[in-house]
Amino acid sequence: MKAWEVVIGIETHAQLATRSKIFSGSSTAFGAAANIHANAVDIALPGVLPVLNRSAVECAIRFGLAVGASIAARSVFARKNYFYPDLPKGYQISQYELPVVVGGSLLIQVGDSEKVVALTRAHLEEDAGKSLHEGLGQHFHGRSGIDLNRAGTPLLEIVTEPDLRSAAEAVAYARALHALVRWIGICDGNMQEGSFRCDANVSVRPVGQPHFGTRREIKNLNSFRFMQQAIDYEVQWQIATLEDGGCIEQATVLFDPDSGETRAMRSKEDAHDYRYFPDPDLPPLTIDRQWVDKIRSQLPELPAAQRDRLIADYGLSAYDAKVITGSLELAAYYETAVAVAGRSNAKACANWVMGDLAARLNKENREIAESPVSAHQIGGLVARIGDGTISTNIARKVFDALWSGAGSEADEIIAREGLQQISDSGSLDTMLDELLAANAAMVAEYRAGKEKAFNALVGQAMKATRGKANPQRVSDLLRKKLD
Amino acid sequence: MIEHSLQALAQALASREISSVELTQLYLDRIARYNSQLNAYITIDADGSLAQARAADARLARGEGGPLTGIPIAHKDIFCAQGWLTTCGSKMLSNFVSPYDAAVITRFKTAAAVMLGKTNMDEFAMGSSNETSFYGPVCNPWDASCVPGGSSGGSAAAVAARLAPAATGTDTGGSIRQPAALCNLSGMKPTYGVISRYGMIAFASSLDQAGPLARSAADCAILLNAMAGFDERDSTSLDRPAEDYGRELAATTGGKPLAGLKIGLPAEFFGEGCSPVVMQLVETALGEYRKLGAETIAVSLPNMQLSVAAYYVIAPAEASSNLARFDGVRYGYRAPAYHDLTDMYCKSRAQGFGAEVKRRILIGTYVLSHGYYDAYYLQAQRIRRLIANDFARAFSQCDVIIGPTSPSTAFKLGEKAADPVQMYLSDIYTIAVNLAGLPAISIPCGFAAGLPAGLQLIGDYFSEARLLNVAHRYQQENAWHLQGPGGFT
Repeated sequence: MKAWEVVIGIETHAQLATRSKIFSGSSTAFGAAANIHANAVDIALPGVLPVLNRSAVECAIRFGLAVGASIAARSVFARKNYFYPDLPKGYQISQYELPVVVGGSLLIQVGDSEKVVALTRAHLEEDAGKSLHEGLGQHFHGRSGIDLNRAGTPLLEIVTEPDLRSAAEAVAYARALHALVRWIGICDGNMQEGSFRCDANVSVRPVGQPHFGTRREIKNLNSFRFMQQAIDYEVQWQIATLEDGGCIEQATVLFDPDSGETRAMRSKEDAHDYRYFPDPDLPPLTIDRQWVDKIRSQLPELPAAQRDRLIADYGLSAYDAKVITGSLELAAYYETAVAVAGRSNAKACANWVMGDLAARLNKENREIAESPVSAHQIGGLVARIGDGTISTNIARKVFDALWSGAGSEADEIIAREGLQQISDSGSLDTMLDELLAANAAMVAEYRAGKEKAFNALVGQAMKATRGKANPQRVSDLLRKKLD
Repeated sequence: MIEHSLQALAQALASREISSVELTQLYLDRIARYNSQLNAYITIDADGSLAQARAADARLARGEGGPLTGIPIAHKDIFCAQGWLTTCGSKMLSNFVSPYDAAVITRFKTAAAVMLGKTNMDEFAMGSSNETSFYGPVCNPWDASCVPGGSSGGSAAAVAARLAPAATGTDTGGSIRQPAALCNLSGMKPTYGVISRYGMIAFASSLDQAGPLARSAADCAILLNAMAGFDERDSTSLDRPAEDYGRELAATTGGKPLAGLKIGLPAEFFGEGCSPVVMQLVETALGEYRKLGAETIAVSLPNMQLSVAAYYVIAPAEASSNLARFDGVRYGYRAPAYHDLTDMYCKSRAQGFGAEVKRRILIGTYVLSHGYYDAYYLQAQRIRRLIANDFARAFSQCDVIIGPTSPSTAFKLGEKAADPVQMYLSDIYTIAVNLAGLPAISIPCGFAAGLPAGLQLIGDYFSEARLLNVAHRYQQENAWHLQGPGGFT
């Protein structure tokens, strides 16, 4: 048995979050009735011309800056020529030889290790429309429909070097990229609606072989789970084929989630000759320093920088910092909570956000943005734990109350329900004296060396105060009285 | 009235000597009478035209007339016009009624000109004789057995036969200037980017430019004033301050009107390839220019001879892509019977396009193909830069370049139809101008055997006003442009 190395490169189409299309004024809104968002330019009437949407260019620049790429001072739109009914002009406008974003890299985390994935390029292009072959109703029986609402939607195609060495790395990259494009606000990341879709170029080679094996491209992976399954299947299929003495032919394949298999769509032989050439309707795109600098000044703190800051300034673990910076929404939620609770409670905020809150959201299948408990409320709650007003156990009750909308702030609920911890020695003293007198047997057991008895006594004390006693104070006072 | 200049027509309309409705009806009647002899128009909509004329008359009555208010203008059928059949001379668009107006049409509407009709043209502007039109060839009013030139042959024939006071055309390799020359008209191709291409059906996007076809340089200036201007819908449109292209025409200079003007004569325009009779007329015209005070000097455009070859790579390459949208899916011609998608494409395009269009799509597809792109398309683009550099060098020595527009007078219908290369060579003097993006005008310079010949004046970028003036000064002293063909009284 030879040892095999897997080589993967990913091409991602991220739909840019602009209001209008990349070369026309039509809306990019998803979900309208067919062909509502298709104007003269989108349906390619004779004589119409494209005009570049500067917002799409800004998205590309934002991305380039976020991945440390260089922004081309001059890039060129080309025509990619092929016939298909959902491609109204008979060509797609895309950047070919000179893309707007060159190079850059993305840091990914796989298990405990980090890896830098080099990016080749990112270029702007327009999406095609959609061909609909079923569900059109009786009137269209046996015919195909064309919906051009999506035609001309701006896309950023982001291409990696063949740097990834496993399905897990590929998925980690796709997740990190997905988080980043949402973080910098250039893509809504909605994979069901096709706003973020990946193609994986997969090949295998014997370990130590210098040149790459022949690759097959798995098209249109629109979930991380499918990406993992598709690459796993593809890798195993390629290795099995080679070990059987077969060879891999370059091909485009599709993943079938039902069977869990990949199957060839077209081979290299029937690959198109797209006859790329610079689009004479669009002058080269020039981007000056001032434009780039302006966009740089508007960029939010990026996940990697924020993660480092959370570790350095808040004392979070690398793991916690990574989870919290997993999405812009989560990171913003956390920062708001810390702002309310105070920096000394930063670690506790992380525990609450990643613990109780995350568990509850997960249970109810909600996103952080839909949390019934606001970041402000969590911060107020953590502050009261931190200053000893309530115990962690009481805090969970307050959290439940906030979740169900039984109060607007933790302080209000604590005051209303009388949940403040009893910490003052005077009132605890009397209560403990009574407790010891009533539990002489346990006291004897403790004195005979049974530590368990001590815990039982603490439990009795907490029960007597309905959980409000400060457990640390109770423990300290008990030891003093017994020892 | 039909011999009036545009300025005279505007005065007649403003003074209510004639109404726009009367003027429009006059031309509609002439079209009804003579168009069958010439086939200059594809579409006439008398009711629509007269409605526009009435609106123009209302404006004129309020004293709000401009230089073109109420004047009927014919438009090449390459410009989309809302509610009008817009065919581009092709079966492919024989059923296409445009839902929108081209920028040029909008500009004439803003000027309250009357849209007189849509003129015949070579299919998708591919041709130099107007013989490739799905709607049949156009005859030259000077000799009905001859071609009017192309591709704006319908516009040229219409204006020459006085079936329109003036018309629009488009010029990708000479399609305004060559028919102007062959029909005794003044026709200008402005600097690339001066007139918006929005709504002008694309043949070769980097070369296409609209322009006027009229009976004098002065008329061209009036039309150009209406047509030119920045349009944000065309990314190749140039954002420059508006100018009055006729501003130099009224200028009076003491002494000789063109004193100090340096006319460059490229050796490449005066060698073999031009018929001696045309060359004789060009030489005579140059003599007239010297009398007007101009000085002629020798210049060189050494890469000129490569222009036809470069053009027939670049223009078909762009066309092969521009015409891909005519696929039978959304509008235009679709084959009546087919068995699958590919068959629908193949049959619709095979039946919808004529032979010359198919030839150019094939050439364009070939030169853009993988493995051939560098040798053809990139090489042609390099030649294009060399030609532009040649002109830049020449314009450092002279103000205007002059030579023949077309190597011959109008040729016979069918004479070159079977030989594409001979046909392509009829644009030998005009193509380089499009490759460089320069402005140029063709003006009448006399007759050989009863057929008109054209003189081409080429200027540096944005020198339209000067070119028009240089043409105008000649037309002040020489009356060739005032002659009309017989038989259309």
